[in-house]
This record gives sequence, structure tokens and C-alpha cells, in this order.
Amino acid sequence: MTDITTAQTGVTVDSEAIAPSSPAQSMQTAPAAAVDSIQTMPLGRALNAGLRKALQDDDRVLLMGEDIGTLGGVFRVTEGLQKEFGPQRVIDTPLAESGIVGTAIGLAMRGYRPVCEIQFDGFIYPGFDQITSQLAKITNRHEGSVSMPVVIRVPYGGHIGAIEHHQESPEAYFAHTAGLRVVSPSTPNDAYWMIQEAIASNDPVMFFEPKARYWPKGEVSLAGNPVPLHASRVAREGTEVTLVGHGAMVTMLLQAAELAAQEGTSVEVIDLRSLSPIDYGPILQSVHKTGRLVVAQEAPGFVSVGSEIAATVTERAFYSLQAPVLRVAGFDAPFPPAKVESLYLPDADRVLDAIDRSLAY
Amino acid sequence: MAESETTVSLLSAEGRLEPTPSAEQFLPYFEKLTEADYRQFYADMAQIRAFDAEATHLQRQGQMGLWPPSTGQEGAQVGSARASRPQDHIFPSYREHAVGLIRGIDLLGIIELMRGTTHGGWNPQETNFHLYTLVIGSQALHATGYAMGVTFDGAVGTGDPESDTAVMVYFGDGATSQGDVSEALVFAASFQTPQVFFLQNNHWAISVPVSTQSRVPLYLRPRGFGIPSTQIDGNDVFASYAVTAKYLDDARSGRGPGFIEALTYRIGAHTTSDDPTKYRTDDELASWVKRDPVLRLETYLRGLGADDAFFDGVRDEAADLAADIRRRTLALGTPPVGKIFDHVYSDPHPVIEEQREWLAQYEASFDDVPASAEGERA
Ligand SMILES: Cc1ncc(C[n+]2csc(CCOP(=O)(O)OP(=O)(O)O)c2C)c(N)n1
Ligand SMILES: [Mg+2]
Repeated sequence: MTDITTAQTGVTVDSEAIAPSSPAQSMQTAPAAAVDSIQTMPLGRALNAGLRKALQDDDRVLLMGEDIGTLGGVFRVTEGLQKEFGPQRVIDTPLAESGIVGTAIGLAMRGYRPVCEIQFDGFIYPGFDQITSQLAKITNRHEGSVSMPVVIRVPYGGHIGAIEHHQESPEAYFAHTAGLRVVSPSTPNDAYWMIQEAIASNDPVMFFEPKARYWPKGEVSLAGNPVPLHASRVAREGTEVTLVGHGAMVTMLLQAAELAAQEGTSVEVIDLRSLSPIDYGPILQSVHKTGRLVVAQEAPGFVSVGSEIAATVTERAFYSLQAPVLRVAGFDAPFPPAKVESLYLPDADRVLDAIDRSLAY
Repeated sequence: MAESETTVSLLSAEGRLEPTPSAEQFLPYFEKLTEADYRQFYADMAQIRAFDAEATHLQRQGQMGLWPPSTGQEGAQVGSARASRPQDHIFPSYREHAVGLIRGIDLLGIIELMRGTTHGGWNPQETNFHLYTLVIGSQALHATGYAMGVTFDGAVGTGDPESDTAVMVYFGDGATSQGDVSEALVFAASFQTPQVFFLQNNHWAISVPVSTQSRVPLYLRPRGFGIPSTQIDGNDVFASYAVTAKYLDDARSGRGPGFIEALTYRIGAHTTSDDPTKYRTDDELASWVKRDPVLRLETYLRGLGADDAFFDGVRDEAADLAADIRRRTLALGTPPVGKIFDHVYSDPHPVIEEQREWLAQYEASFDDVPASAEGERA
């Protein structure tokens, strides 16, 4: 079901927070000189602005998904776009995820650049075959003669008190599939730029949107030089422990780093941004400096992005490590009912606990 | 997706018993009903409407994450559910509160599901009313598989009305687009399952109109799979009862699957998080309010002589049900921490148990923190 979304966060989906008003519209009409302005907006609206820009820049870009037209999506990320670009560019599809992804593949073969919206993380699985067996492999099977510039947007993660299938973090399934790029922005600025980079990429991109972060505002540099889609980013510098995470977890890690700083521990935070492929440069550089690594994620720890990073860092930076790489993750159990989600999801305290354990070695 | 002369209707929107010619083959089932049955149908509809209103209030007051209202769809649900027999199995979607009531689940289970204290809410073994399914269309295949098992077990076509078993699956107009629903039709036709597909076409899948899902009336679709079908006025509880009773009878007798499209309307929002004014018109809503399933039965019953005392009695009982739900909802606590790790596998597994213990100890570590240090790290 939809739109449970924010019930328990006290934020309504209808919130003007993500309605596309001034920022997006002024972008559209702004004279060149005004473009290098910095604007403050929520992540959801930054996505809306990025999608609008992509639709403007390339008329082969299409949006497709359930309830994305008149309604503007259950999170209102596509609000106003059908009105502006018409129902042939912003398409309300029949209710079928396999249908959405499968037809996006055909549209891409025809030269379009489809951007699919999956309504919630837990509803991506009817499209799993089309994503993993088809979309991911088509370029490889065609020996490069056909590219698959398809973006699949997936709101994911917990913290919104929703019912089953509305709070999951399924990114590892897709990171495990060669041929897919898997990315997740954590800030409005990254959301604005990464969605445009994802659409411009000739590879299929799984674009995981941290739904808990749709509403908080942040600065977006509309003129900025975007960081490449695949690059990880140092979100806070520090010297004693390295924290790595993605999506909504980055905010949590920054909180933990702040709390640790108050106690005199200097923590570096790295925002992964791309979960596949992973940009190990900044991570290894950081670990060489700190000697300690904690990887955090909402997804279960078993066979996860965090596990992969732990293994790779152990292989490549063994002699720099002064403690084992620790994972802070969701438990290896189904995402629980909302009333106990706060016990399931890692929070800043659990990250601090791991920092202490790491420092204790 | 308007009605046509093939649409089966018995009780008109004005509350007059005027069976359409297309209703003829179903009338014997209707004629078995007595006035006491009509009154029961009315009471069912009134109860679930009161429950639905109370649940919506409770959600607004923060007691639940969301609520999917059933108001407007009681005729389709009550008629079809009352046509089922205790041994039949029902696979619902997530809006079939009236069906749950009639099958005898404790409605608090639905509240608990939407509140986020459980992913289930009741034990289907007790009522043969299976769990709600939130992933659109998935339950259609489960129902078909269950019905295949019923056939393999020889529990159809024996002529014993107490044991011959049928399966009924509920789903929406949006769900008809899912591959799972078409695949269920394929399997059902192939294996001639003892099964009724009950489609509530409430005209909307959140904001997407049924015209996006289908260019032809949806009751025509199963015919391409070789499954007979009937379209009914879903706000006519008698039509829903009579047609479902016939199809279930056919299924139990070994005559294979059938498909019912009930034309109805969701009077409320998709869920409490939805704002339907964004996509549908007041006129459309008003036209369906006039076709209300409860009011038309009230008109009919009054014509038969039901008096205020009867209607007052029903109203009081419905209010009692709502009050009971409210009281018990407010008393619901938070599940224990360990709930996260229960039933991950059929038997306890050391990996999961280790995580259970870790969390218990971790949580307990905060208890040691002196009050003055609260908020700091232990
Ligand atoms: C596989 C899947 N995709 C998307 C959703 C989100 N969603 C919940 S309800 C709904 C519309 C369902 O419409 P319909 O089948 O007509 O049932 P109704 O809600 O009208 O009873 C959608 C798209 C979902 N629950 N499952
Ligand atoms: Mg519907």
C-alpha cells in the first residue's frame, strides 16, 4: 500500500515540502547569470528539480511509474511534471512492476531514456527478473552494440513507521548483479546532481532514494561541478576512526561523529554514494590514516554492501588496520513491524558503541 | 466501466427488488434467503461501516500508521462472504474488513497490522480467512495453489456439501494488471481449480483510473483464459450473494473456476495518507454515494416492515463494536524486543539467537546508565 509514508513522522506526504514551486520553476526560467545560485530545498524537491532539468535537456527522457502523473507520486517527487511535459513523457503506467521495467527496456532499445519509479522498496520484486536477468545483461549480450540507459528510482529504508514492504533496504540484491550501477544520494545536492548523472549514464542505474531524507532541507548548488556518479565522498574529516555508510545512514553517522567529537574522538565519515561499483580510493585512504573502520547500513548485515567493504578493506589495507572492521547493520531477520523498527534499525548510539569497540582493540 | 444489460443486479439503487434479466440464472440462490438473512446482511454492513469509521478516527489520533477504508464496498464484500461456507478458504487483499468480520476474525487483528505491532494479525487456521497481502496481486496465485491442493486431496465434487471446498480470492482493479493475477488465471484454467476470483472494481488504483488497466470491461478478461465470468452491481448485496453462491457451488462441485467483477466504488481515500481530491471529481463521488449499498437495503427492509427498533438495535450493536475496538486499541502496547527474532526460521537458529541476545544485552546496558548521564553514552 502506498502512501503510508510519513504517518508516524508527523510529516504529511502532501507537505508542500516537496511540491515543486520556486526552485524548480526559477531554474526553468532563470537567466544564465542566476544559475550559479545556491538554493535550499528538501531532497524530494531536489529530485523533482533534477528530473525536470533532465526532461528539459533531452526529449528522449521519459518518466514512468504508478501514480506519478496526476498525483505526482506518493512522495510527490514527480509533482507537476506531467502537467508540464505531458502524459507521453510522464506516464502513469498500469499497476505492474515487471511491465514497467520490461517496457522501459524496449523503450531504451528504441532510443528513449526511461526513468522508472517503483512506489516502494518492497514492491520492486515483481520487476526483479526484468532487472537482473534482462536489464543488467542486455549490453553485455549485445557485445556493446545496445546500451540500456534506464534509471530505476526506488524510495527505500525505514524510519517512517510504515507497514510491511514499505521500509526495506534491498540494495544488496542489485549490487550483487553485475551490469547494474547502484547509487544512493544522501543530500539534496547529491540528489539533484546524481539523478541527472544517472539519466545521462548509458548503463542501467538503480537509484535508491532514502525516503526518511525526502523532507529535511539542504543546500543545492545549481551551478556546481557535480562529483562523478561513481565517486565516494568524505562527508566529515577525522583521524581516529572511519565510518562508511550510504543514504539515510550518512546523517546518522554524522550525528555519531559529532557526539564522538564531544567526547574527544575524531571520526571521519565517508558517504559511499555509489554502492556498485564502489569507489574504494577515499575509503582506503581514510583507513590508512585512521586504522579503524566501522561500516553502517539499515540493510541486514549478512551478504551486504557493508560485508563487501569489510572484506575488501581487510584484503587491501590489512597492515593499516588496528582493529577488525566492524559492521553495524539491520539484524538478519525480516524488517519488523513498525512499532519495533527503532530497535531493528541502527542508530547513532549503536554506531558509537561500535566506535568504542573498535577503539578498545 | 459502466454497467450494461449484462450486469447482474437484483436490488436497485433505489432499494427496489427488480432483478435484471441477466440475474435470472442466479435467482434460485437468492430465493433461498429469508428476511432474517437480509437483516443479517444489513447488520454486517452497518457493523463494518462503524468499524471503518472508528478505525479512521483511531488512525487520525495516531494509533495506526495508516488505514485503508472499506466504506462503499460493503455490498460486494458482505454478499460474497455470506455466500461462503465454513470450509471454504478466503485469500483477501487488504481492504476486505467485512469479509474478515463474517469469517470470524477478531477485527483488532487488522488494527494491529496497520498499527505496526504485527505483520499478521490472526491465525488463518481458525477461520480459513488468510492474512492480508499488501503486495498487489500476489495472493491470487496462493489461492490458486491452495485450490489445486484441494483438488489433489479429493475435496471437491464428492457431493457432500459439508466438506466439498472452494477457494475465493479478492483483488482490485489495479491488481488485474499484475502478472501474478494473469498467471493465476492460467493455472486455474489449466488445473480447473475449485476457485472464485472476486474482483472489486472500485474504479481506482490509488490515483490511476481503471481505464489505464483495461480497455474492455474486466469481466471479459478471464473468458480469454477459458474461465466463465459475470459482472455484477457490486453495491447490491443480493447480487453479490447470489452470484457468488452459484460460482462457489460450481467450484465445490468440480465445475472449475469462475470470475466475478463487482462494480463498486471506494467512497473514502485509498488510505488515510491519500488525498483523492487530487485525482477524482466531486461529481463522480456524488454519483456513487447515491448508489450506496447500505441505504438501498435499508429502504428495501423498511418496505418489508423493518421498524425503527430494528435499525436502532443494529446501530447500537455497531456502536458497541466500534467502542470495543477503540478501547482495546488504546490498550495495545508495544511488542517485546524479541519479536524481531521470533519465527525467522521454524526452529531457532544459533545465528539469530546470538543477535537476539546481543540486542537484549545492548538494550539492558542503557538501564545501568545513572539518571544524570542519560543521553550520554553508557
Ligand atoms: C506490487 C505492488 N506495487 C505497488 C503497490 C502500491 N499500491 C498499493 S495499493 C495500490 C493500488 C491498488 O489498486 P487496486 O488493486 O485497484 O486495489 P484498491 O486499493 O482499489 O482496493 C498500489 C499501487 C503495492 N502495494 N504492491
Ligand atoms: Mg481499485
